[in-house]
Amino acid sequence: MPIIEASGLARTFTSRKRKVEAVRGVDLTVSGGEIVGFLGPNGAGKTTTLRMLTTLLRPTAGTATVAGCDLLRDPLGVRQRIGYVPQAIGITAGGTDPNCAVGEELAIQGRAYRLSAAETAERAKLLTDQLELTGLESRLCKTLSGGQRRRLDITLGLIHSPSIVFMDEPTTGLDPQSRSNLWEHISGLRSKLGTTIFLTTHYLEEADALCDRVLVIDHGKIIAEGVPDELKRQISGDVVTLSVTGDSAQAKTILAEYPGVREISLDDRAIRMTVTRGEEALPGMLRALDAQDITLASIQLARPTLDDVFLTLTGRSLRDDSPSANGHSGGEGGTQADDQNKNDTGDADDAELTSAGAVAGHPGRS
Amino acid sequence: MTATTTTPAHSAPSESPATRPASARQQPAVLGFFSDTWLIFTRQMKLSLRNPAWVIIGLIQPILYLAFFGPLLSKIARGGVLGVSANNPYAFFVPGLLIQLGLFGAAFVGFTIIADWRAGVIERFRVTPVSRMALLAGRVLRDVLTLTVQAIVLVLAGLAFGLRAPIFGVLIGLGFVALVAVSLAAVSYAVGLLLKSEDALAPLLQTVMVPLMLLSGIMLPMTLGPHWLRGIAKATPFGYIINAMRDAFAGHYFNAIMVEGICVAVGLAAVCLWLASRAFIKENA
Repeated sequence: MPIIEASGLARTFTSRKRKVEAVRGVDLTVSGGEIVGFLGPNGAGKTTTLRMLTTLLRPTAGTATVAGCDLLRDPLGVRQRIGYVPQAIGITAGGTDPNCAVGEELAIQGRAYRLSAAETAERAKLLTDQLELTGLESRLCKTLSGGQRRRLDITLGLIHSPSIVFMDEPTTGLDPQSRSNLWEHISGLRSKLGTTIFLTTHYLEEADALCDRVLVIDHGKIIAEGVPDELKRQISGDVVTLSVTGDSAQAKTILAEYPGVREISLDDRAIRMTVTRGEEALPGMLRALDAQDITLASIQLARPTLDDVFLTLTGRSLRDDSPSANGHSGGEGGTQADDQNKNDTGDADDAELTSAGAVAGHPGRS
Repeated sequence: MTATTTTPAHSAPSESPATRPASARQQPAVLGFFSDTWLIFTRQMKLSLRNPAWVIIGLIQPILYLAFFGPLLSKIARGGVLGVSANNPYAFFVPGLLIQLGLFGAAFVGFTIIADWRAGVIERFRVTPVSRMALLAGRVLRDVLTLTVQAIVLVLAGLAFGLRAPIFGVLIGLGFVALVAVSLAAVSYAVGLLLKSEDALAPLLQTVMVPLMLLSGIMLPMTLGPHWLRGIAKATPFGYIINAMRDAFAGHYFNAIMVEGICVAVGLAAVCLWLASRAFIKENA
């Protein structure tokens, strides 16, 4: 049974007589146990959709069932069954009072969900162990590090064992190290506690490393949906670059006719191609060249990123509007991780090329 | 485009989260409202006590009035200028200070809700089963308690300066302070939550509160004023309340002024709470 089922969810804001369609008819389904990422640039409608699904904002159109309760008719039922981790970007923080002690926040959160003190304590212990927050109970929230405070936000969202937790930009504003640490924690919540996770992100690496499935949203509509690797394969294809010692023009002619090759160009001695399922096509391509006595000098296979997917779908890059407003170096950290990504596959030999090397550089994906 | 359901890459644990019963227990809505109000009240109270600076600052101000302005007033009153009881001018003056305490102590609480909103605390609780009305009521209750305690301290200080009033009259006066605190705190929270900006709230409060204070006759009786000024004052609520409080401090409990004062104070609190609750329970914030 799907845990979220939404159809035609839409939200229009009216400001100064101008109608702004923030979300324009979103249909989505999330199954129990999934980690689903809502990927899109700032202002795409991610947070608005999330706020609708968490009863913070009433949709102007559409229906949804969340955790078995109708979003419009039984918002209280939805609230009892879901967990929510607010975004902590710009002027709003993630939900803890700076002058409150960690233990107090945990206790009141349990009472807010009508748990007994014993139930709260038991659950808090489990979660603080899992999220490495033990021993911080008497500390005031304002004295925690950014990563600790974010993990506390997540703990609060999970105190009542919700069937699903919504996380709005869980790692935005953290340094790259804390971010990848948090990825491990989040995927641990699913594997160890069985929590379904629906998160929004504008980080490609995050969607790649963490999510079973991504929904790509732009201008208030879902424009693509699928497993990250599938999306990349379907929409962009792999970029294969070969250089040969023999007749490169002839090599180009042979390869251009090879099935799955979409675009091909010859630049100096390097032949550059976009190939569907590049890692599977490569051995055959090499044999075809071999049959014509063309010797290979070098080979490189680059996996497309989700950014390539976004670029193909919208003609724009997600990186164009990476968050600059909050002054964190999120975009740069991401680029490094991505370069790393390409090296993983680019420097590898044939045997490794056929493995799923594209995600090897990321933690949280076993 | 419809997103299709796919099997997660990782196998989910055997217990299906979707079928697991919600751990939250159902309870009657009314009972829930009161226990939620208590929950929010205790949280806010604890936070206030952790940083009591504002409670103390709020108390110091009326005591300064008592110390630095009271003696002037009593001198004038002794000259028979004001129609204030010459032998007990503080029975006139202290109720005014109590209302001033209520007005300014409660009107500025809206700033705290903006801070809470920035911290994400409001949203966090709005997603829990906690009654959204209780988010308002718990906070207002905290402010009422704080202001009542401040008012008691102020009355005790007044006694030291020479105030003489019957205990029952003082209790009625404290009741009025509590009702004024309810009204202003509720509205201040609602406006704060709607504006979400200290820069917008501060000028708004100043613009509204200073005329209201001047027209309420806190310092001097409005009867001193010309006809037009009394006319404007009649259109504002606090004049009625303060007149009733002064009667209570003078030991006059059963008269038209008292009935007027109680009606205005209760009515104002009811209207303010209703308006504020609209802001808190609406589905879009």
